[in-house]
Amino acid sequence: MEGAALLGRLTWQFGDVVDLVEETAHVKTLVLDVPAWPGHRAGQHVDVRLTAEDGYQAERSYSIASAPSGTRLELTVERLDDGEVSPYLTDELRPGDKLELRGPVGGYFVWEPSVGGPVLLVGGGSGAVPLMAMIRERAAAGSDVDMRLLLSSRGWEEIVYRDELARLTGDGLVVVHTLTRSQPDGWSGYARRVDSEMLAEVGPAAKDQPHVYVCGPTPFVEAVANALVGVGHEPHEIKTERFGPTGG
Amino acid sequence: MSFVSRGFQGRRRQDADPSRVPPGQYVTPDYPVLSAGPTPHTALETWDFSIGGEIDDPQRWSWEEFRALPSEEVTVDIHCVTKWSKLDTSWRGVSIDTLLENAQTSAEYVTQYSDGGYTTNVPLADVTGGKAWIVYEYDGEPLEAEHGGPARMLLPHLYFWKSAKWIRGLRLQSEDEPGFWETNGYNNYGDPWKEQRYWGD
Repeated sequence: MEGAALLGRLTWQFGDVVDLVEETAHVKTLVLDVPAWPGHRAGQHVDVRLTAEDGYQAERSYSIASAPSGTRLELTVERLDDGEVSPYLTDELRPGDKLELRGPVGGYFVWEPSVGGPVLLVGGGSGAVPLMAMIRERAAAGSDVDMRLLLSSRGWEEIVYRDELARLTGDGLVVVHTLTRSQPDGWSGYARRVDSEMLAEVGPAAKDQPHVYVCGPTPFVEAVANALVGVGHEPHEIKTERFGPTGG
Repeated sequence: MSFVSRGFQGRRRQDADPSRVPPGQYVTPDYPVLSAGPTPHTALETWDFSIGGEIDDPQRWSWEEFRALPSEEVTVDIHCVTKWSKLDTSWRGVSIDTLLENAQTSAEYVTQYSDGGYTTNVPLADVTGGKAWIVYEYDGEPLEAEHGGPARMLLPHLYFWKSAKWIRGLRLQSEDEPGFWETNGYNNYGDPWKEQRYWGD
């Protein structure tokens, strides 16, 4: 079915690090050129493999942030202080380095213009990453699908892709922020965790049967998915992607 | 083939026996949750467990009947395709051998199916012979819904997506039928020691 492009073996390949973009104090985007990249769909992820001099290897999965675009691939990585792989990617990696990866992986948590709308995206922190790929894909395709992003961040400075989201807003894309820990002076937006009332206000309403994508830390996803079911969304229309506190 | 990630040291864990950790996995003390949709919450009064499909004598147990079946305590290592492994996890549940006792079938495959619509497929031989259980306790406590409660499959020798959460039954089949993740890019068999994560691995 929809994963047909993945039928071939996913072989390890190299990407060249072209650029590193600081999104927030803890989050960086790795811009890669992957000469043999087969293309991907918004929402998919890749496996990254690091190799030490003695042959020791560590693998992790990271969501793709970029819309499909030739051999260019962007991964956005949150630095986990006790992580093994993410501190290397955010602190050590430099343009000119090579990064070993394979993908794209996952045929379920994906959106593309043919899926249509309306679409509700709910992200917690760096859970915005695969949702951003969908937003970028929508923009690249010139789609006017009703797409709404509700993004929960701890504070204004911790909103990933903040400026780009502001630029892309309009023409059917609505972006709503909630800031759970600290708010800038004069903040009039949401300042609490995502709840049923907020979901009902942001919409689309359950009766419009939106495709819903939720991504973030496990407790966030559990709470949001339960709230969505509670306000009447069909469980089978709610796709979730969760990441635990460990690993990175 | 001797690529080195410039400047990568890695952090080898001292507290985990490397022979118990499959390639590409890391050991975590936590218990991450992964699922594709909302967590179903099924009341125990309406819960049942069925064995059907190509079998002469289909079976069905209510929650109370299921809990009255002989159970076993199992301590095993589990391996998730998203790279984490967790060692020495302890569970209580009913062996699939117990559920299939006296079953007459020529089926060679099993589809596990769950509340919420999840399915996953395995060869019948992989759930018999003391290799798989339907578990309802984790670490001495009732299994929490987000970890698959009231009951889930425990099939520790394959990647953990082959252990369906919120399981409601087994369908015995003569034909193999790829399940949810198996039709979405993930390996049909899923042996962690061969690192069979995705199609073609």
